[in-house]
Amino acid sequence: MFKNKKLAASGVDTTEHAVAEPDRDQPWKELGLKQDEYLEIKNILGRRPTSSELAMYSVMWSEHCSYKSSKIYLRQFGEKVTDQMKEHLMVGMGENAGVVDIGEGLAVTFKVESHNHPSYIEPFQGAATGVGGIVRDILSMGARPIAVMDQLRFGAPENPDTARVVHGVVDGISFYGNCLGLPNIGGETVFDSVYQGNPLVNALSIGAMKHEDLQLAKASNPGDLVILFGARTGADGIGGVSVLASETFESTGPTKRPAVQVGDPFAEKVLIECCLELFHAGVVAGIQDLGGAGISCATSELASNGGKGMKVQLQNVLLRDQSLTPEEILMSESQERMCAVVPKKQLKAFEKIVQKWEVEYSVLGEVIDEDRLYINWGHEEIVNVPPRTVAHDGPVYDRPVALPQYQKALNDDSSSFLKRAENATELAAQLMQLIATPNQADKSWITAQYDKYVMGNTALSMPDDSGMVRVSEETGLGVALATDANGKYAYLNPYEGARLALAEAYRNVAVTGAVPRAVTNCLNFGSPENPEVMWQFKEATAGLADACLELGIPVTGGNVSFYNQSGDIAIYPTPVVGVLGVIDDVARRIPSGWQDDGNNIYLLGNTFDELDGSAWAKDLHDHLGGQPPKVDLSKEIELAELLHGASIQGLIESAHDISEGGLGIAVLEAALRFNVGARIWLGEMLERDAIDMTAALFSESQSRVIVTVGREDDVKFQALCEARGVPCLRIGVTDATSSMVEIKDVADLKLDDIRSGWVNTLPELFG
Amino acid sequence: MPKIIVEIMPKQDLLDPQGKAVANALQRSGNKEISAVRIGKRIELHFDRPITDQDMENVSAQASSFLSNDVIEDVVAITKED
Amino acid sequence: MKIGVITYPGTLDDRDAQRAIRLAGGTPVPLWHADDDLKKVDAVVLPGGFSYGDYLRCGAIAAQAPATKEVIKLAAQGLPVLGICNGFQILVESHLLPGGLIRNEKQHFVCRDQKLRVENSNTAWTSLFEENEEILIPLKNGEGGYIATDETLKMLEAENRIAFRYLDTNPNGSMNDIAGLTNERGNVVGLMPHPEHAVEPGFGPDTNIAMRSGVDGLKFFQSVLKMAVNS
Repeated sequence: MFKNKKLAASGVDTTEHAVAEPDRDQPWKELGLKQDEYLEIKNILGRRPTSSELAMYSVMWSEHCSYKSSKIYLRQFGEKVTDQMKEHLMVGMGENAGVVDIGEGLAVTFKVESHNHPSYIEPFQGAATGVGGIVRDILSMGARPIAVMDQLRFGAPENPDTARVVHGVVDGISFYGNCLGLPNIGGETVFDSVYQGNPLVNALSIGAMKHEDLQLAKASNPGDLVILFGARTGADGIGGVSVLASETFESTGPTKRPAVQVGDPFAEKVLIECCLELFHAGVVAGIQDLGGAGISCATSELASNGGKGMKVQLQNVLLRDQSLTPEEILMSESQERMCAVVPKKQLKAFEKIVQKWEVEYSVLGEVIDEDRLYINWGHEEIVNVPPRTVAHDGPVYDRPVALPQYQKALNDDSSSFLKRAENATELAAQLMQLIATPNQADKSWITAQYDKYVMGNTALSMPDDSGMVRVSEETGLGVALATDANGKYAYLNPYEGARLALAEAYRNVAVTGAVPRAVTNCLNFGSPENPEVMWQFKEATAGLADACLELGIPVTGGNVSFYNQSGDIAIYPTPVVGVLGVIDDVARRIPSGWQDDGNNIYLLGNTFDELDGSAWAKDLHDHLGGQPPKVDLSKEIELAELLHGASIQGLIESAHDISEGGLGIAVLEAALRFNVGARIWLGEMLERDAIDMTAALFSESQSRVIVTVGREDDVKFQALCEARGVPCLRIGVTDATSSMVEIKDVADLKLDDIRSGWVNTLPELFG
Repeated sequence: MPKIIVEIMPKQDLLDPQGKAVANALQRSGNKEISAVRIGKRIELHFDRPITDQDMENVSAQASSFLSNDVIEDVVAITKED
Repeated sequence: MKIGVITYPGTLDDRDAQRAIRLAGGTPVPLWHADDDLKKVDAVVLPGGFSYGDYLRCGAIAAQAPATKEVIKLAAQGLPVLGICNGFQILVESHLLPGGLIRNEKQHFVCRDQKLRVENSNTAWTSLFEENEEILIPLKNGEGGYIATDETLKMLEAENRIAFRYLDTNPNGSMNDIAGLTNERGNVVGLMPHPEHAVEPGFGPDTNIAMRSGVDGLKFFQSVLKMAVNS
């Protein structure tokens, strides 16, 4: 085949042809470009683009790669930031992942990304390559990946297509994550018919490194070599990026040819070890992973970031499929590939390490002192562009925004008109029913398919409120991570919904004893061409940016996924927010359920009658309307500081945040955690907060946590709450001799009964 | 291009969970007449010159010592293909 | 005492095995699969993972590695060898232990805290356990079902070669609930569960006493260290 590198005049479209035949008809529309974008490319180049250049621009200017519809809003995350917020930030937005200093000369990098459309088309490979992609982003910062998490949203549980997606996605995440040797330390799974044709698969990864290990994706030294290494390049995902992520699905199913990438986690595991050895040997000056838009992206971004240029011989790419055209090679999304910038004098050392790991590589070209990216196919020049225009100066849209027509009616439709339980029997029945619904039920059927032990540093994982991993074995220094989103809240009020997601993730980190420090996000929305969706996006990003400013923690990076809609039906705006916290010693971490006997159970925070958007309203009454619960972020800060202070003094035995489902669900979850009973009384709470029992059990008011405290620490703890002005009410006591959760004036529930409903829901649906 | 094909099947009396799962799936989708499924491997060894008798012997040895695990698998065929 | 831990391409739990050795009081020595020099270690651990992506058969390609060949040689001379999960698969493929390991009956990867019974406390790696002691060790695999001919099973039972048996639940359909085996001499032990994940308080399985406090795995590594001290 290509045994000799001499290529005949190949019929490939060269820059020479582009000048000679300026009026050739080009498939810019089929490749996903708009007419004005095509004209802009001609303007930039001073001629028509070659077909290779057209492929590059079409892929790099797609929504997924260029963020053209979201850029103007994402700027807020960088603008609404104080110097104090940036104190621990080593690398902010715009790089592969954000990097945060955690002390002791150590840093953590983390990010969440989406792989939604591919996971509907081919759930297994879509989810698997989603994990692979985010892990490579973390690796490319110079860090060893140390954990993964995932945020999943599926359609209605009983719909047969949901099972197809659930099985594929969970198998895919399990397959890839376990084979990489990364513990899965948490995440969330939500079922709602609104995600039927548009499941959401978000994947997060965390990496750890010493400060001096930091790597950046730039090529800034002329003469340095550009080397592609890892898996060979094949036809995976050709057109995947611009075709899939910028188009919605027809209501009868996906119409585009599946352009799925296929993942090989073994290849990635080897790549991780190889890269870390390369980094520590100091042979690499810059590194970029190949994700969406493959080589197009890697070359243009490395050049653009470094402020220099590049000269590339595309025929040097090692191919898995010799029939690929240059355009296809440029657009290929074959997995498990990295692109390194290597100073010439380090080439031998580089080769020695990749050969040790039996990783294939090829020198594609070198960095040049010119603001230009040249790509040759043999002797023919097929790309000659200014790298910035490809990688960073793509189109920026200011799309029309319009308040949804349904919004007012939706917000007027309060849940307060719903009939409430009239007696204890009905209340108990509702509680038992709710804990067994797919959204509240035990997720072990899923999480038992993930390895949580590998690497031996997992201090907390599911079902606790955040995942926590130790970073320093000497001191116990560690990080906690929680991800949250509530699509219902965001649908009712996108601005508040984003704030609420941040508040919940922040609180989930605080209850484990860690101090929140940084934020990542994955913004899952419908089509940006729909002004109502654009309004949701505008509101949500503003809500998140404002809330980050109030809480004093910055967004370090994230991802936007648009076009999650089928025909006219968009998903709920679903901004997934991840908060990273730092803990000085993971030994101090707090579990989410009680184990000890005779400990007092305290409810921190006030409860209001806030059932709009609640699980009670949606899953028991099929109602979604009104306004989501209010959140006072200053109260969240007070609560978090209290939890931290109490945890430092060792006063808290367990802490569980109250979120979806309300206090009733939180109490049952805490009891189920270690199968230890409790006696609960809510009379004082009803009186103090002026609410009824339905609100007490099911309201989703914010800034609330249940904690258990040892008898000997009661006085100290209550004094601490009072001093800090955090409402604290004793609502019960744990009972390790009892196999019941007794809720006064509601019911005495057997733990076994609660468990059997809770534990069987997912296996019965999907097992 | 010359090659030697090695075919390997799980041993008759041992459990083949993959085969069982596939058989169940076929039954569920209406193929009641298929009573069992067993799944093996077909391995192609490519040569860039004509195959000799020595090659067949070598491959046979590799087939039972490395390409298959003789505790749980049988080599059911080794065939030469030009 | 030096205990080697071999890293193959795709090995995942090597650093965890090294930590377990350290916590038990030994000196872990990282060994590379392509190198037949075992650096005069006193014992070897073949750790868990997906060596060579489980290609061909789990552990099949790793069994051909130079380091593995050297281990086979020295095991015949009495070198203590512990094969964990993928390591057990490598021992089986190397014929240091009999039988085979196939895909889990239920087809899914499963990660759970598994109760085991130590049925042979006379091996190099179990001497600190009581006979029939019940322990809690994390289990995580997709291809852990032990199979063997009736003849082999009879022999194993009769010769007390079954080192560990699953209690309460058989997570992968292993015949006779076999979780781990030992060779005739008692120096080679293989098991599917992961003792190296139950060695450090705060990071092991949950127990009734406290979250993640299970450390039953430590005795595996302490046993072999004790043996070396005595010999």
